[in-house]
Amino acid sequence: MTPPFILEIAFVILILAIAVGTLVARAAFTAVLLFMIYGLLIAIAWIRLSAVDVALTEAAIGGGLTGMLLLGAVARLRESEGSGEEPGLPTLLAAGTFCVLVSAALGTLVLSRPEVAPSLAPAVMDNLAQSALGNPVAAVLFVFRAFDTLLEKVVLLLALIGVWSLAPDRVWGGVPGLRLYAEPSSILVFLAQLLPPIGIMIGIYMFWTGASYPGGAFQGGTVLAAMWLLVMIARLQPVPAISLRCVRLLLVVGPVIFVAIGLLGFVFAGAFLAYPPDYAKPLIVIAEATLTLSIGVTLGLLVAGPPDRMQQP
Amino acid sequence: MNSIALFAYCGAAMVGLGLFGLITKPQVLRKILAFNVLGTGVFLLFGVIARRGAAAGLHSDPVPQALVITGIVVAFSATTMAVVLLLRLYAETGEATIDSDDPPSTGTDGGR
Repeated sequence: MTPPFILEIAFVILILAIAVGTLVARAAFTAVLLFMIYGLLIAIAWIRLSAVDVALTEAAIGGGLTGMLLLGAVARLRESEGSGEEPGLPTLLAAGTFCVLVSAALGTLVLSRPEVAPSLAPAVMDNLAQSALGNPVAAVLFVFRAFDTLLEKVVLLLALIGVWSLAPDRVWGGVPGLRLYAEPSSILVFLAQLLPPIGIMIGIYMFWTGASYPGGAFQGGTVLAAMWLLVMIARLQPVPAISLRCVRLLLVVGPVIFVAIGLLGFVFAGAFLAYPPDYAKPLIVIAEATLTLSIGVTLGLLVAGPPDRMQQP
Repeated sequence: MNSIALFAYCGAAMVGLGLFGLITKPQVLRKILAFNVLGTGVFLLFGVIARRGAAAGLHSDPVPQALVITGIVVAFSATTMAVVLLLRLYAETGEATIDSDDPPSTGTDGGR
Protein backbone atom coordinates (compact mmCIF):
# COMPACT_ATOMS: atom_id res chain seq x y z
CA MET A 1 0.00 0.00 0.00
CA THR A 2 1.69 3.19 -1.11
CA PRO A 3 0.34 6.70 -0.82
CA PRO A 4 0.11 8.76 -4.02
CA PHE A 5 3.43 10.26 -5.10
CA ILE A 6 2.04 13.77 -4.89
CA LEU A 7 1.44 13.23 -1.16
CA GLU A 8 5.04 12.16 -0.70
CA ILE A 9 6.24 15.31 -2.46
CA ALA A 10 4.03 17.38 -0.14
CA PHE A 11 5.44 15.48 2.86
CA VAL A 12 9.05 16.15 1.84
CA ILE A 13 8.27 19.84 1.30
CA LEU A 14 6.72 19.93 4.79
CA ILE A 15 9.87 18.38 6.31
CA LEU A 16 12.12 20.89 4.55
CA ALA A 17 9.86 23.82 5.48
CA ILE A 18 10.00 22.84 9.16
CA ALA A 19 13.78 22.41 8.93
CA VAL A 20 14.01 25.98 7.55
CA GLY A 21 11.67 27.15 10.31
CA THR A 22 13.92 25.54 12.92
CA LEU A 23 16.87 27.53 11.61
CA VAL A 24 15.21 30.94 11.13
CA ALA A 25 12.79 31.04 14.10
CA ARG A 26 13.28 34.18 16.18
CA ALA A 27 12.67 32.70 19.61
CA ALA A 28 14.83 29.78 20.74
CA PHE A 29 11.74 28.15 22.27
CA THR A 30 9.96 28.13 18.89
CA ALA A 31 13.05 26.73 17.19
CA VAL A 32 13.24 23.81 19.63
CA LEU A 33 9.52 23.03 19.33
CA LEU A 34 9.84 23.01 15.52
CA PHE A 35 12.86 20.73 15.86
CA MET A 36 10.80 18.24 17.88
CA ILE A 37 8.07 18.22 15.20
CA TYR A 38 10.84 17.78 12.64
CA GLY A 39 12.14 14.71 14.54
CA LEU A 40 8.70 13.09 14.48
CA LEU A 41 8.29 13.78 10.74
CA ILE A 42 11.72 12.25 10.08
CA ALA A 43 10.51 9.15 11.92
CA ILE A 44 7.65 8.91 9.41
CA ALA A 45 10.15 9.31 6.57
CA TRP A 46 12.05 6.30 7.97
CA ILE A 47 8.88 4.22 7.83
CA ARG A 48 8.51 5.24 4.18
CA LEU A 49 12.08 3.93 3.69
CA SER A 50 11.03 0.57 5.25
CA ALA A 51 13.32 1.05 8.26
CA VAL A 52 10.97 0.67 11.22
CA ASP A 53 13.77 0.06 13.78
CA VAL A 54 15.35 3.39 12.83
CA ALA A 55 11.94 5.10 12.89
CA LEU A 56 11.41 4.01 16.51
CA THR A 57 14.88 5.24 17.49
CA GLU A 58 14.43 8.59 15.72
CA ALA A 59 10.99 9.16 17.26
CA ALA A 60 12.27 8.35 20.75
CA ILE A 61 15.48 10.39 20.47
CA GLY A 62 14.90 13.08 17.83
CA GLY A 63 11.33 13.86 18.80
CA GLY A 64 11.64 13.05 22.49
CA LEU A 65 14.83 13.19 24.51
CA THR A 66 16.77 15.69 22.35
CA GLY A 67 13.75 18.00 22.51
CA MET A 68 13.57 17.72 26.28
CA LEU A 69 17.30 18.37 26.60
CA LEU A 70 17.13 21.47 24.39
CA LEU A 71 13.99 22.82 26.12
CA GLY A 72 15.88 22.53 29.40
CA ALA A 73 18.74 24.53 27.86
CA VAL A 74 16.35 27.22 26.57
CA ALA A 75 14.81 27.54 30.04
CA ARG A 76 18.23 27.97 31.61
CA LEU A 77 19.34 30.58 29.06
CA ARG A 78 16.23 32.56 30.14
CA GLU A 79 15.59 34.49 26.94
CA SER A 80 19.11 35.89 27.14
CA GLU A 81 20.41 33.82 24.26
CA GLY A 82 21.54 37.06 22.65
CA SER A 83 21.39 37.73 18.97
CA GLY A 84 25.08 37.84 18.19
CA GLU A 85 26.11 39.28 14.88
CA GLU A 86 25.00 37.65 11.69
CA PRO A 87 27.73 37.52 9.07
CA GLY A 88 27.58 40.06 6.25
CA LEU A 89 25.99 39.52 2.86
CA PRO A 90 29.15 38.30 1.07
CA THR A 91 29.69 35.62 3.71
CA LEU A 92 26.03 34.60 3.53
CA LEU A 93 26.22 34.33 -0.26
CA ALA A 94 29.44 32.33 -0.15
CA ALA A 95 28.07 30.00 2.54
CA GLY A 96 24.81 29.61 0.62
CA THR A 97 26.59 28.75 -2.63
CA PHE A 98 28.84 26.29 -0.84
CA CYS A 99 25.90 24.55 0.86
CA VAL A 100 23.87 24.35 -2.37
CA LEU A 101 26.89 22.75 -4.07
CA VAL A 102 27.31 20.24 -1.25
CA SER A 103 23.61 19.33 -1.44
CA ALA A 104 23.67 18.99 -5.21
CA ALA A 105 26.77 16.80 -5.11
CA LEU A 106 25.34 14.55 -2.39
CA GLY A 107 21.99 14.16 -4.16
CA THR A 108 23.68 13.28 -7.43
CA LEU A 109 26.20 10.90 -5.88
CA VAL A 110 23.77 8.93 -3.79
CA LEU A 111 21.53 8.24 -6.76
CA SER A 112 24.25 7.67 -9.33
CA ARG A 113 24.76 4.23 -10.81
CA PRO A 114 25.78 1.32 -10.26
CA GLU A 115 22.46 -0.02 -11.47
CA VAL A 116 22.52 -2.77 -8.85
CA ALA A 117 23.17 -1.04 -5.55
CA PRO A 118 25.68 -2.77 -3.27
CA SER A 119 23.96 -4.62 -0.47
CA LEU A 120 24.86 -6.84 2.46
CA ALA A 121 21.25 -8.01 2.85
CA PRO A 122 21.87 -11.46 1.25
CA ALA A 123 24.86 -12.09 3.55
CA VAL A 124 22.77 -11.11 6.58
CA MET A 125 19.87 -13.34 5.56
CA ASP A 126 22.18 -16.30 4.84
CA ASN A 127 23.56 -16.18 8.36
CA LEU A 128 20.41 -15.09 10.16
CA ALA A 129 19.56 -18.64 11.26
CA GLN A 130 22.92 -18.92 13.06
CA SER A 131 22.25 -15.75 15.03
CA ALA A 132 19.07 -17.23 16.57
CA LEU A 133 17.38 -13.83 16.06
CA GLY A 134 14.47 -13.13 13.72
CA ASN A 135 15.03 -9.41 13.26
CA PRO A 136 17.87 -8.81 10.77
CA VAL A 137 18.66 -5.36 12.21
CA ALA A 138 18.97 -6.81 15.73
CA ALA A 139 21.16 -9.58 14.31
CA VAL A 140 23.51 -6.98 12.80
CA LEU A 141 23.55 -4.98 16.05
CA PHE A 142 24.11 -7.85 18.46
CA VAL A 143 25.81 -10.55 16.42
CA PHE A 144 27.46 -9.45 13.18
CA ARG A 145 28.53 -5.99 14.35
CA ALA A 146 28.34 -6.50 18.11
CA PHE A 147 31.61 -4.63 18.62
CA ASP A 148 30.03 -1.44 17.22
CA THR A 149 27.14 -1.80 19.64
CA LEU A 150 29.49 -2.32 22.58
CA LEU A 151 31.51 0.78 21.67
CA GLU A 152 28.29 2.76 21.26
CA LYS A 153 27.42 2.01 24.89
CA VAL A 154 30.93 3.10 25.86
CA VAL A 155 30.38 6.37 23.99
CA LEU A 156 27.19 6.95 26.00
CA LEU A 157 29.10 6.42 29.26
CA LEU A 158 31.95 8.66 28.10
CA ALA A 159 29.44 11.40 27.25
CA LEU A 160 27.98 11.07 30.75
CA ILE A 161 31.45 11.34 32.30
CA GLY A 162 32.05 14.40 30.12
CA VAL A 163 28.77 15.98 31.27
CA TRP A 164 29.50 15.29 34.93
CA SER A 165 33.03 16.59 34.71
CA LEU A 166 31.70 20.06 33.78
CA ALA A 167 30.25 20.42 37.26
CA PRO A 168 32.12 22.76 39.64
CA ASP A 169 34.36 20.91 42.10
CA ARG A 170 32.35 21.73 45.20
CA VAL A 171 29.23 19.89 43.96
CA TRP A 172 31.03 16.84 42.55
CA GLY A 173 29.05 13.75 43.47
CA GLY A 174 25.96 15.88 44.10
CA VAL A 175 22.48 15.92 42.61
CA PRO A 176 21.98 16.65 38.88
CA GLY A 177 20.43 20.02 38.17
CA LEU A 178 17.34 18.71 36.44
CA ARG A 179 14.74 21.49 36.44
CA LEU A 180 11.84 20.43 38.63
CA TYR A 181 8.47 22.04 39.13
CA ALA A 182 8.36 23.83 42.46
CA GLU A 183 4.74 22.84 42.82
CA PRO A 184 3.79 20.31 40.16
CA SER A 185 0.27 20.80 38.83
CA SER A 186 -2.19 18.07 39.60
CA ILE A 187 -2.29 17.10 35.91
CA LEU A 188 1.48 16.51 35.82
CA VAL A 189 1.35 14.43 39.01
CA PHE A 190 -1.61 12.47 37.65
CA LEU A 191 0.24 11.71 34.40
CA ALA A 192 3.41 10.84 36.29
CA GLN A 193 1.40 8.31 38.28
CA LEU A 194 -0.64 6.99 35.35
CA LEU A 195 1.97 6.67 32.58
CA PRO A 196 5.00 4.90 34.14
CA PRO A 197 3.36 1.47 34.61
CA ILE A 198 2.27 1.56 30.95
CA GLY A 199 5.57 3.05 29.80
CA ILE A 200 7.66 0.48 31.66
CA MET A 201 5.58 -2.30 30.08
CA ILE A 202 6.12 -0.76 26.63
CA GLY A 203 9.85 -0.37 27.28
CA ILE A 204 10.27 -4.00 28.33
CA TYR A 205 8.08 -5.15 25.44
CA MET A 206 10.18 -3.16 22.95
CA PHE A 207 13.37 -4.82 24.17
CA TRP A 208 11.77 -8.29 24.26
CA THR A 209 10.14 -8.11 20.85
CA GLY A 210 13.31 -6.60 19.37
CA ALA A 211 14.78 -10.06 18.90
CA SER A 212 12.23 -10.95 16.24
CA TYR A 213 10.48 -7.71 15.22
CA PRO A 214 11.38 -4.02 15.08
CA GLY A 215 12.38 -2.74 18.52
CA GLY A 216 15.38 -3.36 20.71
CA ALA A 217 17.42 -2.47 23.77
CA PHE A 218 18.06 1.14 22.81
CA GLN A 219 14.45 2.00 21.97
CA GLY A 220 13.20 0.25 25.11
CA GLY A 221 15.81 1.98 27.27
CA THR A 222 14.77 5.38 25.87
CA VAL A 223 11.16 4.78 26.92
CA LEU A 224 12.32 3.75 30.41
CA ALA A 225 14.45 6.93 30.63
CA ALA A 226 11.45 9.08 29.64
CA MET A 227 9.30 7.48 32.36
CA TRP A 228 12.01 7.99 34.98
CA LEU A 229 12.44 11.66 34.00
CA LEU A 230 8.66 12.20 34.17
CA VAL A 231 8.50 10.81 37.71
CA MET A 232 11.47 12.95 38.80
CA ILE A 233 10.10 16.16 37.25
CA ALA A 234 6.76 15.65 39.02
CA ARG A 235 8.73 15.29 42.30
CA LEU A 236 7.33 11.82 42.98
CA GLN A 237 10.88 10.45 43.19
CA PRO A 238 13.98 12.44 44.16
CA VAL A 239 16.80 12.96 41.66
CA PRO A 240 19.60 10.66 42.88
CA ALA A 241 23.07 11.96 43.72
CA ILE A 242 25.58 10.76 41.14
CA SER A 243 27.88 9.41 43.83
CA LEU A 244 25.33 6.78 44.96
CA ARG A 245 26.74 3.31 44.54
CA CYS A 246 23.51 1.88 43.10
CA VAL A 247 23.47 4.59 40.39
CA ARG A 248 27.05 3.78 39.39
CA LEU A 249 26.21 0.07 39.39
CA LEU A 250 23.15 0.49 37.17
CA LEU A 251 25.19 2.60 34.73
CA VAL A 252 27.86 -0.03 34.14
CA VAL A 253 26.01 -3.32 34.64
CA GLY A 254 24.90 -3.56 30.99
CA PRO A 255 28.28 -2.83 29.34
CA VAL A 256 30.13 -4.99 31.91
CA ILE A 257 27.90 -8.02 31.28
CA PHE A 258 28.20 -7.44 27.51
CA VAL A 259 32.00 -7.37 27.79
CA ALA A 260 31.92 -10.48 30.04
CA ILE A 261 29.86 -12.37 27.47
CA GLY A 262 32.26 -11.14 24.80
CA LEU A 263 35.25 -12.46 26.75
CA LEU A 264 33.50 -15.80 27.33
CA GLY A 265 33.35 -15.98 23.54
CA PHE A 266 37.15 -16.42 23.54
CA VAL A 267 36.76 -19.55 25.65
CA PHE A 268 33.66 -21.15 24.18
CA ALA A 269 33.43 -19.92 20.60
CA GLY A 270 36.96 -18.89 19.68
CA ALA A 271 36.53 -15.14 19.22
CA PHE A 272 35.62 -11.97 21.11
CA LEU A 273 31.83 -11.46 21.17
CA ALA A 274 31.22 -14.79 19.44
CA TYR A 275 28.39 -16.79 20.94
CA PRO A 276 28.42 -20.58 21.46
CA PRO A 277 25.86 -21.89 18.94
CA ASP A 278 23.37 -23.39 21.39
CA TYR A 279 23.40 -20.49 23.84
CA ALA A 280 23.31 -17.55 21.43
CA LYS A 281 19.72 -16.50 22.10
CA PRO A 282 19.79 -16.63 25.94
CA LEU A 283 23.15 -14.82 26.05
CA ILE A 284 21.90 -12.09 23.71
CA VAL A 285 18.71 -11.68 25.74
CA ILE A 286 20.71 -11.36 28.99
CA ALA A 287 23.01 -8.78 27.39
CA GLU A 288 20.06 -6.86 25.93
CA ALA A 289 18.07 -6.89 29.18
CA THR A 290 20.90 -5.42 31.26
CA LEU A 291 21.82 -3.00 28.46
CA THR A 292 18.20 -1.76 28.35
CA LEU A 293 18.41 -0.93 32.06
CA SER A 294 21.83 0.72 31.78
CA ILE A 295 20.81 2.70 28.69
CA GLY A 296 17.68 3.92 30.48
CA VAL A 297 19.66 5.17 33.48
CA THR A 298 22.44 6.67 31.30
CA LEU A 299 20.01 8.57 29.07
CA GLY A 300 18.02 9.82 32.05
CA LEU A 301 21.18 11.15 33.73
CA LEU A 302 22.46 12.65 30.45
CA VAL A 303 19.26 14.70 30.15
CA ALA A 304 19.35 15.56 33.88
CA GLY A 305 22.73 17.26 33.30
CA PRO A 306 25.74 17.92 35.54
CA PRO A 307 25.30 18.03 39.32
CA ASP A 308 24.60 21.51 40.68
CA ARG A 309 23.96 20.98 44.41
CA MET A 310 24.93 18.63 47.19
CA GLN A 311 22.43 16.14 48.52
CA GLN A 312 20.39 17.44 51.47
CA PRO A 313 21.29 15.48 54.58
CA MET B 1 11.59 10.12 -10.19
CA ASN B 2 10.41 7.68 -7.56
CA SER B 3 9.97 8.05 -3.83
CA ILE B 4 13.49 6.77 -3.07
CA ALA B 5 14.98 9.54 -5.21
CA LEU B 6 12.66 12.01 -3.52
CA PHE B 7 13.97 11.12 -0.06
CA ALA B 8 17.54 11.22 -1.39
CA TYR B 9 17.01 14.85 -2.48
CA CYS B 10 15.31 15.54 0.85
CA GLY B 11 18.33 14.19 2.75
CA ALA B 12 20.77 16.12 0.56
CA ALA B 13 18.78 19.34 1.04
CA MET B 14 18.74 18.79 4.81
CA VAL B 15 22.53 18.45 4.83
CA GLY B 16 22.82 21.75 2.95
CA LEU B 17 20.34 23.53 5.24
CA GLY B 18 22.07 22.26 8.37
CA LEU B 19 25.48 23.24 7.05
CA PHE B 20 24.23 26.74 6.22
CA GLY B 21 22.78 27.17 9.70
CA LEU B 22 25.95 25.87 11.29
CA ILE B 23 28.08 28.39 9.40
CA THR B 24 25.88 31.48 9.59
CA LYS B 25 24.07 31.33 12.95
CA PRO B 26 25.98 33.09 15.73
CA GLN B 27 23.88 31.63 18.60
CA VAL B 28 25.37 28.37 19.87
CA LEU B 29 21.97 26.80 20.52
CA ARG B 30 21.03 27.37 16.85
CA LYS B 31 24.34 25.85 15.79
CA ILE B 32 23.48 22.73 17.82
CA LEU B 33 20.05 22.57 16.17
CA ALA B 34 21.58 23.07 12.72
CA PHE B 35 24.13 20.36 13.42
CA ASN B 36 21.30 17.96 14.28
CA VAL B 37 19.47 18.87 11.05
CA LEU B 38 22.71 18.16 9.16
CA GLY B 39 23.04 14.84 10.99
CA THR B 40 19.51 13.65 10.24
CA GLY B 41 20.15 14.52 6.59
CA VAL B 42 23.22 12.28 6.53
CA PHE B 43 21.26 9.51 8.26
CA LEU B 44 18.46 9.83 5.71
CA LEU B 45 21.01 9.40 2.90
CA PHE B 46 22.06 6.18 4.64
CA GLY B 47 18.39 5.18 4.63
CA VAL B 48 18.22 5.78 0.89
CA ILE B 49 21.33 3.63 0.38
CA ALA B 50 19.76 0.93 2.57
CA ARG B 51 16.49 1.11 0.62
CA ARG B 52 18.32 0.84 -2.69
CA GLY B 53 20.15 -2.19 -1.33
CA ALA B 54 16.88 -4.04 -0.75
CA ALA B 55 17.57 -7.70 -1.52
CA ALA B 56 17.09 -11.24 -0.25
CA GLY B 57 13.43 -10.64 0.51
CA LEU B 58 14.11 -7.58 2.70
CA HIS B 59 12.73 -4.15 1.87
CA SER B 60 15.89 -2.48 3.13
CA ASP B 61 19.52 -3.49 3.74
CA PRO B 62 19.83 -4.07 7.52
CA VAL B 63 23.52 -3.12 7.79
CA PRO B 64 23.14 0.62 7.04
CA GLN B 65 20.04 0.62 9.29
CA ALA B 66 22.07 -0.72 12.21
CA LEU B 67 24.79 1.88 11.48
CA VAL B 68 22.20 4.65 11.59
CA ILE B 69 20.77 3.44 14.92
CA THR B 70 24.29 3.55 16.36
CA GLY B 71 24.77 6.95 14.72
CA ILE B 72 21.62 8.40 16.30
CA VAL B 73 22.84 7.33 19.75
CA VAL B 74 26.26 8.87 19.21
CA ALA B 75 24.71 12.08 17.81
CA PHE B 76 22.55 12.32 20.92
CA SER B 77 25.61 11.88 23.16
CA ALA B 78 27.42 14.65 21.26
CA THR B 79 24.37 16.92 21.50
CA THR B 80 24.21 16.45 25.28
CA MET B 81 27.88 17.32 25.59
CA ALA B 82 27.39 20.40 23.40
CA VAL B 83 24.39 21.63 25.40
CA VAL B 84 26.22 21.22 28.71
CA LEU B 85 29.26 23.06 27.32
CA LEU B 86 26.94 25.85 26.13
CA LEU B 87 25.35 26.15 29.58
CA ARG B 88 28.79 26.27 31.17
CA LEU B 89 29.89 28.96 28.70
CA TYR B 90 26.78 30.93 29.61
CA ALA B 91 27.38 30.49 33.33
CA GLU B 92 31.00 31.66 32.99
CA THR B 93 30.64 34.54 30.52
CA GLY B 94 26.93 35.37 30.38
CA GLU B 95 27.00 34.89 26.63
CA ALA B 96 25.55 32.20 24.44
CA THR B 97 26.80 33.37 21.06
CA ILE B 98 29.98 33.03 19.06
CA ASP B 99 30.85 36.12 17.06
CA SER B 100 33.31 35.95 14.23
CA ASP B 101 36.04 38.52 14.89
CA ASP B 102 34.32 41.60 16.24
CA PRO B 103 33.88 42.27 19.93
CA PRO B 104 30.36 41.48 21.17
CA SER B 105 27.97 44.06 19.80
CA THR B 106 24.72 45.23 21.29
CA GLY B 107 23.14 43.65 18.23
CA THR B 108 19.67 43.79 16.80
CA ASP B 109 16.93 41.67 18.23
CA GLY B 110 16.52 38.20 16.78
CA GLY B 111 19.62 38.37 14.67
CA ARG B 112 17.84 38.54 11.34
